[in-house]
Amino acid sequence: MNSLKIIFDRDTWQEIFSSISKNKTRTVITVIGVLWGIFIYITLAGAAKGLDNGFERAFRNLAMNSMGVWTQRTSLPYGGFKIGRNPKLVIQDAEILKKNVPGIQFITPRNVRGVFDGGSPPLVIRKNKSENYALYGDTPEYTRIVSKKIYDGGRFINEKDLELERKVCVIGERTVKELFEPNEDPIGEYVRINNTYFQVIGVHKYVEGGGFESDGDIFIPFTTFNRMYNYGNYVNFFFLAAYDTEDPVKIENQIETILKRAHKVSPDDEEAFGFINLGEIFGKIVGFSKGMTFLSLVVGLATIIAGIVGIGNILLISVKERTKELGIRRALGATPSEVKTQIILESVFLTFIAGIIGIVLGAFVLSGINAATADITDYPYTNPTVPIPYVIGVLIIIITLGTLIGLIPAQRAVSIKPIEALREE
Amino acid sequence: MINLKSLHKSYKTGATSLHVLKGINLDIEKGELVAIMGSSGSGKSTLLNILGMLDVADEGSYYLDDVLIENLNEKKAAKYRNLFLGFVFQSFNLINYKNALENVALPLYYQGMSRKERQKQAMEYLDSVSLKPWATHLPSELSGGQKQRVAIARAMASKPKVLLADEPTGALDSTTSYEIMGLIQKINNEGKTILVVTHEDDIAKMCKRIVKLKDGVIVEDKKIKQIIVK
Repeated sequence: MNSLKIIFDRDTWQEIFSSISKNKTRTVITVIGVLWGIFIYITLAGAAKGLDNGFERAFRNLAMNSMGVWTQRTSLPYGGFKIGRNPKLVIQDAEILKKNVPGIQFITPRNVRGVFDGGSPPLVIRKNKSENYALYGDTPEYTRIVSKKIYDGGRFINEKDLELERKVCVIGERTVKELFEPNEDPIGEYVRINNTYFQVIGVHKYVEGGGFESDGDIFIPFTTFNRMYNYGNYVNFFFLAAYDTEDPVKIENQIETILKRAHKVSPDDEEAFGFINLGEIFGKIVGFSKGMTFLSLVVGLATIIAGIVGIGNILLISVKERTKELGIRRALGATPSEVKTQIILESVFLTFIAGIIGIVLGAFVLSGINAATADITDYPYTNPTVPIPYVIGVLIIIITLGTLIGLIPAQRAVSIKPIEALREE
Repeated sequence: MINLKSLHKSYKTGATSLHVLKGINLDIEKGELVAIMGSSGSGKSTLLNILGMLDVADEGSYYLDDVLIENLNEKKAAKYRNLFLGFVFQSFNLINYKNALENVALPLYYQGMSRKERQKQAMEYLDSVSLKPWATHLPSELSGGQKQRVAIARAMASKPKVLLADEPTGALDSTTSYEIMGLIQKINNEGKTILVVTHEDDIAKMCKRIVKLKDGVIVEDKKIKQIIVK
């Protein structure tokens, strides 16, 4: 009988099944070791994947390679200027940057009121209601870096608004609730911002994952903003997106170099410009969740190996207990390879069954976690799953390890001569 | 059927060597029923183990049905045991979690016989030892005599050339012992060559020939008038 035939022979399995079911308690305890390992692996890997998915969801509205730059105070004297100067970004910097840093895909200036030291938020008045809201001066290009959802019937700022310095604004859904009557359509209505009347052209839908903004933010054209606050060509922030293929840290360094040169800041000054580099942060988060996945892989595999070693151990004891039976089988004509195959198949069968049960239990727990976290939006956790290749991979691993560990008791089983085996009482 | 020429066997235990078989010459014809007798330490078990290919001799030759048994590796020995030999043991050696029928069918399984055919043949052999009604019983549910009959059926199932019985009645009372010997005589009368190792005179007298061993040599080898079990 060749070994392939043995594997597919119904009798082989009957032999294995009857010898395994002979000692049910031992079999169950043996199986639990591996089952636990697989369960831990599946649960951890799924949980890590959930975190991964959660981060992805949290940042889905941002261009992954986006970053912001602003000015702070210089920390070194340079070019005749004293320390502590606050260089000012200007609109022209956008052109210089685009020309000198080819990795930039989109760049837009942005001025703010009411956030990031940009002064106090302006008072917004509608009829007899009023409230303070953060105000942003933006360009249409902004929506290419951060996606903005505008409710039906409205729109975001366009090029014409910029060009004509129109007094139009996009308001948040909270603002609609707070300043307008229920069921009132705000589009086309006027609100007074800083004592200037603005027509509402759109209502933006607040979505999480949009970065730092809130549901009360008001967006007006950048040019209108600068006129209203008399900013001239002064810019608070540049917001930009690099091409996906670019290294965000490298782009940041290039931008800093260009800006230092343009604003006569010492090349060694680490303080003059502030950066928020979402690409870099995102990279770190991805790295973190990759680390989690790796950790779950290591912990899971270690637990699985411990379980499989347990199976080997139990089979070794079982072989010792069955010395006589194996001796009888060999006296009746079982070849050493047939005896070996039987022991190895017992090992593989046990690990496989344990693996399947572990996977099913793990999937059960993950679906429980999924149900429990489905409605939670305040921390990043979505859809914990284990990719099928991982599952197949772990099955292959346990079958391989089950075979290898089975070799030890199998070898032991045939190392005892039948004559000695039969003599044993 | 069996031809042994100057068979020697020693066991080494540490520094000392124990010479157990000191030149055994033996010829057994087809259809013989031979009792091998001797006190413990006479070498009779070693001889049986060598005949059963569970052990190998250091010197001498062993022919079984004109086949020289030599250079036995485990695989070859297993094959020969399966095809040439049937074993009956003192302690029955049935597999305790298999029922009577499955025990009888086991050597056929190792011959690669199909399940159906195996079951059918095993049932026939079980019937020939009058245990058909006990086919589905586990060994623990059978009496000693029944267990030994299952073991004999199992030994016969592979249609061996020689049946080797090591103290087949050693664990049985006299009445049951005679029953088993009656069965062995019946199988022998059908033409099977049988060797029975025993130290009981009355059992030996139910065979056709007695070979006595003492200190590793044959001291007596005579044909006797067989006592037939009624």
